[in-house]
Amino acid sequence: MQNLTLLDGQKFQITIQRLCRQLIENHNDFSNSVLIGVQPRGIYLAKRVAEELRKILPDSTIEQGDLDITFYRDDFRRQGAPLVPNQTRIDFIIEGKKVIMMDDVLWTGRTIRAAMDALQAFGRPEKVELLALVDRRYSRHIPVSADYVGIEVDSIASQKVVVSWKETDGEDRIVLVSEVKED
Amino acid sequence: MAGLSTRHLLGIKDLDRNDIEKIFETADNFKTVLNRPIKKVPSLRDVTIANIFFENSTRTRLSFELAEKRLSADVVNFAASSSSVSKGETLIDTVNNILAMKVDMVVMRHPYAGAGIFLSKHVNAQIVNAGDGAHEHPTQALLDAFSIRERYGDVEGKKVVIVGDILHSRVALSNILCLKQLGAEVMVCGPTTLIPKYIGSLGVKVEHDLRKALNWCDVANMLRIQLERQDIKYFPSLREYTMMFGLNKQILDSLDKEITVMHPGPINRGVEITSDVADSKQSIILDQVENGVAIRMAVLYLLAGQAV
Repeated sequence: MQNLTLLDGQKFQITIQRLCRQLIENHNDFSNSVLIGVQPRGIYLAKRVAEELRKILPDSTIEQGDLDITFYRDDFRRQGAPLVPNQTRIDFIIEGKKVIMMDDVLWTGRTIRAAMDALQAFGRPEKVELLALVDRRYSRHIPVSADYVGIEVDSIASQKVVVSWKETDGEDRIVLVSEVKED
Repeated sequence: MAGLSTRHLLGIKDLDRNDIEKIFETADNFKTVLNRPIKKVPSLRDVTIANIFFENSTRTRLSFELAEKRLSADVVNFAASSSSVSKGETLIDTVNNILAMKVDMVVMRHPYAGAGIFLSKHVNAQIVNAGDGAHEHPTQALLDAFSIRERYGDVEGKKVVIVGDILHSRVALSNILCLKQLGAEVMVCGPTTLIPKYIGSLGVKVEHDLRKALNWCDVANMLRIQLERQDIKYFPSLREYTMMFGLNKQILDSLDKEITVMHPGPINRGVEITSDVADSKQSIILDQVENGVAIRMAVLYLLAGQAV
């Protein structure tokens, strides 16, 4: 195993801040926009972004929810065991709203396809945008691209990108994990 | 997460506590899905399920069908009364013919105990038992325990009395196995003739006085008298049964605590339970029906997920 840190500490924080500023550019005071984190790991990103936005825009109401996509995935019955569902928590109306979907890593694009299906069960948003903290370029299985990107990473399929969060893992860090082959 | 420890759901007997809790957690998720404006998810879109009912059913069949449709499965229904079974076809032939039309799962109700187990050994599909004779009715027991968990937060340590025709009831047996597995205390109550002789070996208490049983319990599950299965007289008259074992508002109000009342349906109002009790706020009969769809979705989802 070989780990390469891509982003941590203050730079991580700057990236989150930049994403927030970009969101404000397009969504003003968020009166018609909502944030939705994709379960399981996108919710930490959405929570963090919502928290930062509330600091920058203390007078705005920032709505943030969690969306579980388990029942909409396209690999059900193609794995050894059933997929474990997570909680969906959307306590607001998305009909007619601008939805900003968030996930920590955008890789094949399949999760986002499922998330767009899952979102439909809650109504018809005016617009759906995608924010990804890490964009693993050149690895898409489906034509999906993010509107806001934290960092872009070129990686190969056997590598993994792991995002840790201060709240749950003790520190903010993005790591590229490579399996080292033994000769 | 691994799937369930069994490929079919033939009875609670095949499930361990881990399986039951997995089903409950999955059902929690489906219950939130069922409260959305769009109550459908695409998980089982490439699965075909046959509902084969050799015995009458409204609730269970409807509940299974809705669960299947809300998971986007393709559904075919089959009632024995209007089929070739009446022309003398055997069970295995009937089911194999249905499977030849590329069906993945079979939900079956049958008047004979063990029919599902027999079928699971001879055909190549996943079987879900929707009631086999006086043997088991696993999804009913799961939704009953799920409803108790919803009411009290946990099943462990709760005291549940099952009142009525224990002898002919598949709901009773599955309930006893499920509740014991989850750590509840179980008592059965009814006329001596309707309590199986060796029921104590399942680790349940036996009581013949309804008032004593109700004073002991947190939850009372009132069963229907299954006259259609009673080929001899087990008690002098229905009226006498009602006097001794029927639950009415007067008894309920005289207890020093507020118990929860359940009934698997169909209710014979005025026999095992009076209307004012069935419709009271202590009754969770309609919650049971609502939870039935979520539980059946969870069972089908978890079973279908392991078959490739």
